[in-house]
Amino acid sequence: MEFFAQQFINGLTLGSIYGLIALGYTMVFGIIGMVNFAHGDVFMLSSFIALIFFLILTTWLGLTSVALVFLIVLIVAMVLTALWGWAIERVAYRPLRGSFRLAPLISAIGVSIFLSNFVQVVQGARNKPVPPLVRDVIVLYQNEQYTVTLSYKQAIIMTTTALLLAGFWYLVQRTSFGRAQRACEQDRRMAALLGINVDRTISLTFVLGAALAAVAGTLYLLYYGVVSFSDGFVPGVKAFTAAVLGGIGSLPGAVLGGLIIGLIETFWSAYFSIEYKDVAAFLILIVVLIFKPSGILGRPEVEKV
Amino acid sequence: MVQGSTIGRATPTVAARATSALPEMIKDAALFALVTLGLSIPVVAYRTDLGQGTGLGLTGRWGLVAGLCAAVFVLRLAQRLVLGEVSRRRDARTLAQAESTAPARLARPGRIIGPLTLGVALTLPLLAALGSGGLSEGRYWIDLGILILTYVMLGWGLNIVVGLAGLLDLGYVAFYAVGAYSYALLSTVFGLSFWVCLPLAGLFAAGFGVLLGFPVLRLRGDYLAIVTLAFGEIIRLVLINWVDFSGGSAGLSSIPRASFFGIPFTAGEGGFASVFGLAFNPMHRVVFLYYLILVLALVTNLVTLRMRRLPLGRAWEALREDEIACRSLGIDTTITKLSAFALGAMFAGFAGSFFAVRQGFVSPESFNFLESAIILAIVVLGGMGSQLGVAVAAIAMVGAPELLRNLGFLKAVFGEGFDPNEYRLLLFGLAMVAMMVWRPRGLISERTPSVRLGARAR
Amino acid sequence: MMQVTGLHATGLARLATLQDEPPAAMPGGPADPILVVDHLTMRFGGLTAVGDVSFKVGRGDITALIGPNGAGKTTVFNCITGFYKPTEGMIRLRQEGGETYLLERLPGHDVNRLARVARTFQNIRLFPQMTVLENLLVAMHKPLMRASAFSLAGILGLPGYRRAQEEAIAKAAAWIARIGLTHRADEPAGDLPYGDQRRLEIARAMCTEPVLLCLDEPAAGLNPRESADLNTLLRLIRDEFGTSVLLIEHDMSVVMQISDRIVVLDYGIKIADGTPDAIRNDTRVIAAYLGVDDEEVAAVEAEVGLTGTSA
Repeated sequence: MEFFAQQFINGLTLGSIYGLIALGYTMVFGIIGMVNFAHGDVFMLSSFIALIFFLILTTWLGLTSVALVFLIVLIVAMVLTALWGWAIERVAYRPLRGSFRLAPLISAIGVSIFLSNFVQVVQGARNKPVPPLVRDVIVLYQNEQYTVTLSYKQAIIMTTTALLLAGFWYLVQRTSFGRAQRACEQDRRMAALLGINVDRTISLTFVLGAALAAVAGTLYLLYYGVVSFSDGFVPGVKAFTAAVLGGIGSLPGAVLGGLIIGLIETFWSAYFSIEYKDVAAFLILIVVLIFKPSGILGRPEVEKV
Repeated sequence: MVQGSTIGRATPTVAARATSALPEMIKDAALFALVTLGLSIPVVAYRTDLGQGTGLGLTGRWGLVAGLCAAVFVLRLAQRLVLGEVSRRRDARTLAQAESTAPARLARPGRIIGPLTLGVALTLPLLAALGSGGLSEGRYWIDLGILILTYVMLGWGLNIVVGLAGLLDLGYVAFYAVGAYSYALLSTVFGLSFWVCLPLAGLFAAGFGVLLGFPVLRLRGDYLAIVTLAFGEIIRLVLINWVDFSGGSAGLSSIPRASFFGIPFTAGEGGFASVFGLAFNPMHRVVFLYYLILVLALVTNLVTLRMRRLPLGRAWEALREDEIACRSLGIDTTITKLSAFALGAMFAGFAGSFFAVRQGFVSPESFNFLESAIILAIVVLGGMGSQLGVAVAAIAMVGAPELLRNLGFLKAVFGEGFDPNEYRLLLFGLAMVAMMVWRPRGLISERTPSVRLGARAR
Repeated sequence: MMQVTGLHATGLARLATLQDEPPAAMPGGPADPILVVDHLTMRFGGLTAVGDVSFKVGRGDITALIGPNGAGKTTVFNCITGFYKPTEGMIRLRQEGGETYLLERLPGHDVNRLARVARTFQNIRLFPQMTVLENLLVAMHKPLMRASAFSLAGILGLPGYRRAQEEAIAKAAAWIARIGLTHRADEPAGDLPYGDQRRLEIARAMCTEPVLLCLDEPAAGLNPRESADLNTLLRLIRDEFGTSVLLIEHDMSVVMQISDRIVVLDYGIKIADGTPDAIRNDTRVIAAYLGVDDEEVAAVEAEVGLTGTSA
């Protein structure tokens, strides 16, 4: 039971990160119907941005306040990654609207290959470790055999995720951008006719998705304390799995899917085999796509003839 | 009742904007440079390195950032100027002649490049030997030829799936792996010869193709792509973790080498050299392997070209164009897709068993997603569906970086540590995007009809 | 005869609720129907797109399915041609030899392959990059696949397959000549003008040798001359090939000139069924097309109920 509780906490932490990335997939899919294959690599890139600013702040500027460093790194990473998201959409996806149906996906694969190799070229191929920012843990429960703990790191990750999700939810539900975004999702042509700037709305969607990925990237760095240029691929696929599982296009679905995938992965590793944890995630993806492509909270698709 | 979902949009085309004045262009280029600056902070500006001690050190590289921004500024300006000029000329030309003669112009280079490439491919060992003064000295070239031809074959195989049938397969390398491990296991465990294993490997790979394809082929295009990717990763992860079966990450080694239809390439009595009365040369085996992959690749090409003219091949292309129309014409789309998938997988299986026999060693490392992406990039860059385009793209993408690596002057310019291979994938990625933006139908985009009415006696 | 009894057997239970069932529909229907649509209902979620529609298509007839926008015509089409599975009802096709197919139970492609029902689409669905000739050859997939022994004989280039291909090309060429596109036979279909694309799509459907051809707004977007050409083509299909035709059309000049029978839908319900002359004078049809004020609806409906629809 104690073991289970500990794994549950670990799973939720991991799931928060997946959920944040999954939101980027699901928003882009909702609005332009494309799988943004490069999103995982945007996440990886944001991790690097966070890493470098963390080093600048701690080693060069000598900041010692953990909260301040974390906040600055988070904000800078979000802003700069959002710029990447904007630039990628502008260069690689926007010219393809109206091209043949596989073009955006192929372009996105190109961006994905470019990003991971770009980071490899400019930052080198080796793993980049950072000294742990926070080490403290909160002991939730203790007996002779087990200690169930919630580390500060995990607490920070869950709190940040919850706060940002609340803000994000407000943005999508209550602001004019959110309205425009939802309108474009339903009918892009009609939205354009009603005077919504569709291009700008799509751009903003990418910016927002990238910013959320940056949050995930920063938290990932905080949690694992190491990042490498190839770290975008597997979390990217898992987050996509989360988005599909939750019902692609559905925002609560993405978060829910992320949490489920995080929990499944953690429990699978804990109880079955850690070697096959990625296989588990990929299998879920295949099974969901085959048997319930609309996911848990998604709308079923009607074929248009 | 249900409207088509084409989205009308007004894009300010490059051509329309290009006619604007120079100051505006400079402003635009400056904006591009500014964005580049923003993107370069901090991933380009500071490099992280494991320095002395335990932590990471930072190295500032603002000179590189400045250079990058300047390059983007100049390139953007040049692009605007050139595109403006091009579009002006194009306008003039369209006014002058109503009907464009594009197909005739595009067909011609194909007619020359095709046979030329084939000629070089057929005589490469000879050319290499003559060019470098001996068979052994020419080994580098022959090995490079083998490498390129392997990718040409994989590209042609994937072209059946992606180019003809329009199914985006991101896990193609899985079938390559199935072929390689089939040969490796069949030959080491059961002692079967290469010529028995080759068709078996193809059949196994095709079988896997059917097994995967059956449930997933009714998924929409991009879901299919992701599922094939997941499948490819699963195969690789299983190969890594199922140590008893596949040897795990260490892979399988001491795989029997290819023989000349039963005659081994050994120095002693009964070896290839002594049977044919030649002096023993280890290069005989390399040359044999070269011709083996050449024949395999050409068979792939021939079958593909033949299939295009058959009802099944036409159904593949029709499926790529409009699946719903296919169904209304009585074509079983699942079976049709499955056949393309299986045939593509079969050729990957052949290529895989060639890979195993050439290396004498297989490990899961060789079959990661990047490999799938490279093969896909070759198909995309070659122009989906064009056989010659795929061959040209494979030569350019696999051969060129390999050649560049050995050019001395590049090292003189970029410093001693310069390795073009590092930039190869970077350029792959960029090229894929550029291709989709500017030439979505590929470098060689003209489609040749599979049958003509005009050419027949009427 | 069999169809009529079957219909009554299944229809009896529901008869009480069928205030919209036109009384004259079945007795006045064609004697030897090729297609019987029987109490067809299609719901999407809560929306009933087609509610309990029954009609027949006579063998060798041109039958038109008309109605205002959103009346459910294309939905009926999609059910007949296997793209939608109807929520309720039966769609029975009887070929000349007596083979009967329940279309709603066949997998999508078998509606064409076995039952030999071909269709065109409202928004043209050609294979735009393939040539005119190739488009027609794709339609002859079934006989050619058999001749090529599922590609084996084809790969080897056996004479049996080559002969079959020559025949297919000759047949395609004849169709290309019929629609006047011989000079453009080797051009990509997507490059053709709109009217030619429409005719090509019909020719392509005909190459599958259908017993029933379903055309979804074949005259949409055509100019008067092209419309006239279309009429000629449709008559040719009916008279020379003996193919029954079911078409959705808004262009009344086409409908009234060539139809042997007309079925009118409104709000997913059949409101009339009869010869062009009868339909022309049907008050309910006129009301549906021209619209009537709310107060008059009851009056019109009462009148319709009294006078019948296909009188």
